[in-house]
Amino acid sequence: MAQDDRTGGTGDHHGRRRIPQQVTRLAVLLLLFAVALVVARHYLIPPTFGEIGHYRAASVGEIAARPVKYAGREACADCHQDVIEVHSRGRHQFVGCEACHGPAAAHATNPTDVKPRVPRERDFCPRCHEYDASRPTGFPQIEQATHNAGQPCITCHNPHAPAPPTLPSSCAACHGEIARAKAASHHATVPCTRCHEASDQHRDVPRANPPTKPTTREFCGGCHGKDAGGPPEIARVDLARHGQRFLCWQCHYPHTPEVR
Amino acid sequence: MADAGTGRQAGQVRQTGDPTNANLDRRDFLKTCAVAPIAGVMLYVVRVAAGEGDQRGAAYKATDHDYGMAVDISKCIGCGRCAEACQIENDVPHEGGYCRTWVGRYVTTIDSETIVQTIDKPKPAVDEKTILRTFFAPKLCNHCAKPPCVQVCPVGATFITQDGVVLVDKEYCIGCRYCIQACPYGARYLDPRSKTADKCTFCYHRVTRGLVPACVEVCPAGARIFGELHDRASPLARYLRFSKLQVLKPHLNTEPKVYYANLDGEVR
Repeated sequence: MAQDDRTGGTGDHHGRRRIPQQVTRLAVLLLLFAVALVVARHYLIPPTFGEIGHYRAASVGEIAARPVKYAGREACADCHQDVIEVHSRGRHQFVGCEACHGPAAAHATNPTDVKPRVPRERDFCPRCHEYDASRPTGFPQIEQATHNAGQPCITCHNPHAPAPPTLPSSCAACHGEIARAKAASHHATVPCTRCHEASDQHRDVPRANPPTKPTTREFCGGCHGKDAGGPPEIARVDLARHGQRFLCWQCHYPHTPEVR
Repeated sequence: MADAGTGRQAGQVRQTGDPTNANLDRRDFLKTCAVAPIAGVMLYVVRVAAGEGDQRGAAYKATDHDYGMAVDISKCIGCGRCAEACQIENDVPHEGGYCRTWVGRYVTTIDSETIVQTIDKPKPAVDEKTILRTFFAPKLCNHCAKPPCVQVCPVGATFITQDGVVLVDKEYCIGCRYCIQACPYGARYLDPRSKTADKCTFCYHRVTRGLVPACVEVCPAGARIFGELHDRASPLARYLRFSKLQVLKPHLNTEPKVYYANLDGEVR
């Protein structure tokens, strides 16, 4: 190294060699290194790397080309229109076919040879419907041990449009929270049907057939208006002067109306 | 454009060529003039056809999409069908507890102690009378807009696509596990068969075909809502407008695209 330095220095001094030898060597080395780098990059970096971002663009297509195993409920509707007809009006209307029947893409492409599972056994439904403290309040749950022990669920319930064999007769069966609040309020003796009209279908498919609700101030005024009939202990207001800009239930919650 | 280029090229040839061959050059020039536009058009047609062949299905354009998911904690019934469907759809190993999405059971007792269980246990671990509140929380890759896993990958094997999905290139992954360490949500695992990192892809092969992810398809309670984040008519955008939302670990500034409604503070 020291020898090289001296030689280079002398050459420079005498002007025989414009570029010192060690610089030339270094340049050659660098050039070789650069060529090696370019060659290595050419072979090591995959073809589509960096086309879109810092990744192999082709891998996006590869991942997108993976096979589908769950066909989706629209695919089932192509053939099983009769089941869809029942299913779309029942309580399971938002439950996808493959949630119970399993992956069905193979069945959709080859309907005769590949059949999806048809769960009929009693252990299947409790996976969703067994009582569990962590499940949301109001979600229909049973105790498998005591609920018609030994019987398959499908003896009483149609899984495509399930309903309790006996429909609930009172509103409180489902609307317990409202019923309890109302029972302790001034409206305790007012039946639900005084303000709400519920069709029979509401008990079967509640959300698709909602009950009616009062829409006007005059409805409440029918009992609470200045000139309304009825027992004198009912609180009265002059509808023309009491909170004209508002609907009654914007201030008074009808299930627990407070009176000052 | 093609004509001008060809003309200039032919002109150069004539200048440099032998003067005795001037006639031939002119003929060549005229031939080239006639052929070049046709060739150009054909090349263009071939390239367009090939380009469309690369695209999946009927012209799927990644830049037109921006996927996200919402999870409604108050709807989840903890049946685990999402995890099961995900395993089947994505060929996740069934043995060894590998999963791309999973559901946790959170039990907060009256002593304010929170227990997190997996849902293969059928019941809460504590006596029901000591429970203050309890619920299920589905988890998956949050497909962060600023993903720490992508940042640490030394080879560029994990990346965020133009439609906002974080993917792993299994062919290019070296299995160093940096991304598994970096993910604050524990959403990644090392596939024991290929020894490469793996994670939720939002079922990229399904969504690019117009289907919803497998977990969304089978969720019987409608607890998962999938769709376009920035299309006002999508079910997801509608859900995001009408719900009060949180994301997991917002202080990490990862900007997750999985939004949680009715989330309890115990879920992290």
